[in-house]
Amino acid sequence: MNPQLTEDGRLRHLLTLDGLPRAILMQILDTAESFMDVGEREVKKVPILRGKSIFNLFFEPSTRTRTTFEIAAKRLSADVVNLNIATSSQTKGEAILDTVDNLAAMHADMFIVRHSQSGAAHFIARHVAPHISVINAGDGRHAHPTQGLLDMFTIRRFKGEFHNLTVAIVGDVLHSRVARSQIHALTTLGVPEVRVIGPKTLLPTGVEQMGVRVFHDMEAGLAGCDVIIMLRLQNERMKGALLPSAQEYFKFFGLTPEKLALAKPDAIVMHPGPMNRGVEIDSEVADGPQSVILPQVTYGIAVRMAVMALLAGTGNA
Amino acid sequence: MKIHIKNGRVIDPMSARDEVADIYVAAGKIVGNGHAPADFHANRTLDATGLIVCPGLVDLSVRLREPGFEYRATLESEMLAAAAGGITSLACPPDTDPPLDEPGLVEMLKFRARNLPGPRVYPIGAMTQKLEGQMLTEMAELTEAGCRAFTQADAPMTDTQVLLRAMEYAATFSFSLWLRPQDVSLAKGGVAHDGAVATRLGLPGIPALAETVALATILQLARETGARVHIARLSTRDGIAMVRAAKAQGLAVTCDVASTHVHLSENDLVSFDSHLHLVPPLRSLRDRDAIREALRDGSIDALCSDHTPVDEDVKQVPFGESAAGASGVELLLPLTLKWAREMEVPLLQAIDLISWKPAQILGVPGGTLAVGSCADICIFDETAEWVVTSRTLASQGDNTPFLNHPMQGRVRYTLIDGHIDFEAPR
Repeated sequence: MNPQLTEDGRLRHLLTLDGLPRAILMQILDTAESFMDVGEREVKKVPILRGKSIFNLFFEPSTRTRTTFEIAAKRLSADVVNLNIATSSQTKGEAILDTVDNLAAMHADMFIVRHSQSGAAHFIARHVAPHISVINAGDGRHAHPTQGLLDMFTIRRFKGEFHNLTVAIVGDVLHSRVARSQIHALTTLGVPEVRVIGPKTLLPTGVEQMGVRVFHDMEAGLAGCDVIIMLRLQNERMKGALLPSAQEYFKFFGLTPEKLALAKPDAIVMHPGPMNRGVEIDSEVADGPQSVILPQVTYGIAVRMAVMALLAGTGNA
Repeated sequence: MKIHIKNGRVIDPMSARDEVADIYVAAGKIVGNGHAPADFHANRTLDATGLIVCPGLVDLSVRLREPGFEYRATLESEMLAAAAGGITSLACPPDTDPPLDEPGLVEMLKFRARNLPGPRVYPIGAMTQKLEGQMLTEMAELTEAGCRAFTQADAPMTDTQVLLRAMEYAATFSFSLWLRPQDVSLAKGGVAHDGAVATRLGLPGIPALAETVALATILQLARETGARVHIARLSTRDGIAMVRAAKAQGLAVTCDVASTHVHLSENDLVSFDSHLHLVPPLRSLRDRDAIREALRDGSIDALCSDHTPVDEDVKQVPFGESAAGASGVELLLPLTLKWAREMEVPLLQAIDLISWKPAQILGVPGGTLAVGSCADICIFDETAEWVVTSRTLASQGDNTPFLNHPMQGRVRYTLIDGHIDFEAPR
């Protein structure tokens, strides 16, 4: 009954990492590995998606994610159309399903969807014709599966294995679709200890039921970590009923060189971007030797190529 | 019209009666129960062999969508649907457009309803003007126009002083206030129960605290003012415990739950199906089980459908943007029967929750098969199996989380005021 899988268990859509079998996660990571050299070639293209039409359907503004999807699709030789719906049909009051039907009528093969509502990608996936695949590029607070996958790819590149790691996710877990996807991926891949660290106002109710250990004291939470993932704190949440000020947040939950020293000496530091320097992370850490934030971006392209190629391979794209 | 209902299993909770008997109806009244009155010659005989004959159902919350939302459903369609569900009396909340806050609007609704076949319609008046929570309505005038109680429905009650004044004023006249406990600021922005499932799905949460904090206020004000309060749509285990304790302390308070919440929980949300977007939200399994138990032990007084037909367009959007509510008049009976079967509760007790007890809360005739009472009768086949589809539902709202689910128990005849207002096609 997993809407992302075909009856024989292959990937049909990528909507969330929640409930995806370990074998599929590994298959995506391995496939991404095989695409790593494409970006380094003189001709940065493979013909896997030649003749396919991919629509970037962004109901919420985004530059980074949309661009990496676009590059990934073009490296697979697909035709890519970018739609910034936040500024076109939505303001004209067109219903989502009408937008989707119209684009399907233009012979779309794949939709890459970002929307401010949790469940929006599921909703669209339920309504598209059987030959169309949907990739969730972020829905509300729910999921951002390709980000979660590229983070796993990054961890595997730098740490090799998952089964012996302690990973901490720090910050605004409550509003973070990235954190949710990371938690599902980490627990599925067998990471024995996943921690979330943050003030009680930024950790969602019952988060421990997702298989994580909760820390409110950052120093205790970072002790012995192999991987530290910092989350972005949205501007509008820095002051108000959730937090008193960005300064106080940085003092207690920002990653500084001193706090980083509490983790294992070879710990890596990740961030999904865009960063708020001086709010959740100190520049010295962000630009320091333990930071793998820029490689994350590079790997994001290979991972998104892998997802698209696998969806195409199931005969859907 | 004289009707002889023959050989049915007669269940009348008021008299605790459950036996095979004949019922005789004439001039809108029940004139015989067990024995035919002298010189009774039926114009029509309904063979109820193998069927259950019970009081017509009394539903404490049915949105008829008039005035203002006729595009979602019409009075006519929803009254027919209610009759098809065995309902003979219904309370209609005031969250129409405009809200039922003036006698003229109430009279118009009653007039329109009276001229259509279907259940007796009892409007619940708005407690505050335009349901804005600021100025009291003319409760006495509205009562004369036909309102049975007053409520904010699902509109927020932001000002506790106004709530206190409303209770004092209502208590002056012994009017009843029906209140759904939800603290507006604790519920702000939420669309699902704040728990492990909403966390996993990334849906903004409405904590159980939103119910219990508001409920504590309501119960305390009711104690102070002596107002008659009915708590509508309880959803949490802790809320039920508070009402149970208040009753034990002698507070004259009653409460109901929606039939959806007896069977569903937050766990059903995993597919983001907007038909599960309900008010109050579907809570945890623990809460659901507390509801099921409290119905059995009598802490909850009534079950209602909280019928809210909405247009499919407003459900065909992502969960958080969808309109809340479910259509349910035709499912009240089968969902009550399902609970009774699963909990091994006698039919007599189950039917009490949807007939006699809600009739007492509403303060209206009906809800019983006693000789001399109005002939509002539901005759149903307890074992009939059917599947919920847009074709099997008469309501214009197909928005139910039970779409395509099998149901057991279906109404065969609904008699209202001695007339057969619904007869199932054979």
